[in-house]
Amino acid sequence: MGGRPVERPQEGTNLNGLRRKLMSLPSVPVLTVTDVTVRAGPLTILDHVSFRVPRGITFAIVGPNGGGKSTLLKVLLDRIAYTGRVEWDGPVRVGYVPQKLVDTDIPLSVEELLSLKCRGDYAACLSMVGLDQRILKKTIGTLSGGEIQRVLIGWATVDRPDVLLFDEPTSNVDIGSEDAILQAVKSVQVETGATVLLVTHNLHELHHYADRVLVLQRRVRFEGTVAELLSNPDRVSETFGIPPGEIPPFGIGSRR
Amino acid sequence: MIALSPYSLATAAAVGFGAGYVGSLMVLRRMALVGDALSHVALPGLAVGLLLGFDPFLGAFAFVLTAAFLTWFIERSAHLAVDAIIGVLFVLALAVGVLLTPNPDLLEALFGNVSQVGLLATLATIVLATGVVLVTRLIYRSMILSVISEDLAASAGVRVELVSLVYLVLVSTVVAVGVQVVGTLLVGALVIVPAAAAKTLGTNLTPYATLSALFGVASAVGGTLLSFAWGVTAGPLVVVLGVVLFVASWGFAAAGRRRARKELA
Repeated sequence: MGGRPVERPQEGTNLNGLRRKLMSLPSVPVLTVTDVTVRAGPLTILDHVSFRVPRGITFAIVGPNGGGKSTLLKVLLDRIAYTGRVEWDGPVRVGYVPQKLVDTDIPLSVEELLSLKCRGDYAACLSMVGLDQRILKKTIGTLSGGEIQRVLIGWATVDRPDVLLFDEPTSNVDIGSEDAILQAVKSVQVETGATVLLVTHNLHELHHYADRVLVLQRRVRFEGTVAELLSNPDRVSETFGIPPGEIPPFGIGSRR
Repeated sequence: MIALSPYSLATAAAVGFGAGYVGSLMVLRRMALVGDALSHVALPGLAVGLLLGFDPFLGAFAFVLTAAFLTWFIERSAHLAVDAIIGVLFVLALAVGVLLTPNPDLLEALFGNVSQVGLLATLATIVLATGVVLVTRLIYRSMILSVISEDLAASAGVRVELVSLVYLVLVSTVVAVGVQVVGTLLVGALVIVPAAAAKTLGTNLTPYATLSALFGVASAVGGTLLSFAWGVTAGPLVVVLGVVLFVASWGFAAAGRRRARKELA
């Protein structure tokens, strides 16, 4: 995927000075979305959506069902027609983890699935997401929902992408597997330094794993830090459909 | 007993290999009925060829290819499920084909007649089947990714719509060349049954695709040999042999599972 060229230091530049100068500047966004609109017949699914994603953070996209979250991911993957601009900061490799696979009843081993993307160190990739390399020989139809999600995270990271897109990675797994998957996401980000875009319905995921958040309900309703969103009970209630009295007490100190 | 023709055997082997290999993807895409329906569209094409005096294979190919393009276009633009398109359009093709085909040729068009294939048709079939297998091999990875998730495939750089269109052209080609071996009514089975048999064995992807192609060769060549020995039409024998392979594979896989359970107990 193309985009704006990155400025590179000139030969002979004082690197320490340049680093200090760069630190004082706001971070260059890895993704800039400007005025994106998606229509399906008479329906407007995304309405003039604009936001920026700083490099290296976990950026959550939340909102009610039908709010346009998955559509936004399709726009980022260039899968549907839209108006507006999507600009990546230079050529970036994007890894994508879907909610679930459409079909797992196929004679495909985990090793073959990984090899469909590229040749790489599959064992290291799987260890990053907490899976033993013995799983390489299993066919994907024999895996649990949680194992499939972690294999998909491994699949997305096998070629060391700059950006990872997760579409509700825990929505189809049992509660016991949720934390293992989210820990896998976190450890992948720590190991690879990738920027993570996480579409989620889950307040717990948002609180523990995201840095910034975009609330999407056809339009952008809110964009800011997770702490800013969570400090506003009315907005949390509206976004997640939880009565204000039932919002769990969040302490930023409990973040992992 | 009819004299055995090497052209017939070579044609059957090429068609069996191509149909089995292409069919391995069709079964995974759950398009078994599409293959069957596309084969029916070949009939009016054959009829037009016979009526107007040009090679019926070209007529069949043109009709099947047009149907494949229509399927692809309607599926993508009207977001209509493929089975609905088949229900609306393709049964009509069979009816029109039966009405148009001259009566003396109808049986041959419906069930094929590989015993009459000459050198030129054999060479054309081998070239086309080889081309189909090579292009299918090129797009196999992209197709598998599209089957498990189109978005996942797109994220890996696959042009999902284009690959799907190319695949439909490959299916059309293999259906058109298969018509001469098993006829328009049964050519769908030549695409689907070997792959279904290979899938029951529960192997990984590469052995699955290879076995599917080999099962296609075994049923097409075996059915043709039996047809020469017994002096009957090859088409139905090819299909029956394919189903025998399917049942045998199923039984073999079930026995293997039972053995594995016993070893675990």
